[in-house]
Amino acid sequence: MLGKMAIVGGDEGILVFKAAGVATYPAENEKKAREILRKIAKEYQIIFLTEDLARPLTEFLKRFDEEAYPVVVSIPSGNSDGYGMEVLKNAMERALGVDILFHND
Amino acid sequence: MARLNVNPTRMELKKLKGRLATAVRGHKLLKDKSDEMIRRFTILLRETKSLREGVEAALSSVLKQFALARALTPAFEAETAFAMPSVALNAECETESVMGVDVPRITVVRQEKAKGLPYAYSEITGEADYSVQKAAELLPQMVKLAQTEKAVRMLAEEIERNKRRVNALEYVMIPQLEETIKYIKDKLDENERAAVVRLMKVKSKS
Repeated sequence: MLGKMAIVGGDEGILVFKAAGVATYPAENEKKAREILRKIAKEYQIIFLTEDLARPLTEFLKRFDEEAYPVVVSIPSGNSDGYGMEVLKNAMERALGVDILFHND
Repeated sequence: MARLNVNPTRMELKKLKGRLATAVRGHKLLKDKSDEMIRRFTILLRETKSLREGVEAALSSVLKQFALARALTPAFEAETAFAMPSVALNAECETESVMGVDVPRITVVRQEKAKGLPYAYSEITGEADYSVQKAAELLPQMVKLAQTEKAVRMLAEEIERNKRRVNALEYVMIPQLEETIKYIKDKLDENERAAVVRLMKVKSKS
């Protein structure tokens, strides 16, 4: 199956990916992002979501973990605020109960 | 631990022994599955972490570059300028089974590059060329990150579920069965002794 890629983001920085052949969906706030995600979840297999939008939608994004597709993954917009690492950390804590990667705290 | 509500008969005893054997075997299998899943999870987790670090660093530099390019170009119309993508990145989306969990496996098929960049050079500054190119180069990495991170999240979920099953078997099901079996055995022995005593009494009277 040939997968399609989309990117949902707050600011216009995501437009740079338009030139790389990724569909871009601007969303100014998390409510809009949620709507867009709902709409495009069936159509696109890989969806990139900027961190500022992904953080308030954490609960909503959990539903995408049930199935293999679509893959929703957060990317930093500008400088990373550590959300992506938090997601990893949560998964690690749930599965293992111990910290094997992030020893710093 | 509460014992099951069954009649203390030989029939039930046999049935329960069968169930106990199944439960013990199931518990062993699930435990092995859990061990293997955790092993794979750890490998994936490390991979994802290093991938994410790389992607995040590269991406913020790309975005910075792009912001700069936008600031430098008057009346920057990215929407129209980038309408024709120069790179068509095809991602072959399949699923792969990791310990019974269907995780995505995405292979970036091919990168078709049209000659040059997809816009008129007069419209856009050189900074944009650079950032667009970088973004296109970064995309396969981002796809890889998407794949592994999804696998990590799905595996984490499955490990948690599996752990619950193992614990339910180990701390509820198996003790319950063992206790019930013991109870039935005691009851049957008691009945047997009662029968013997009764027989002895009857004999001594005659």
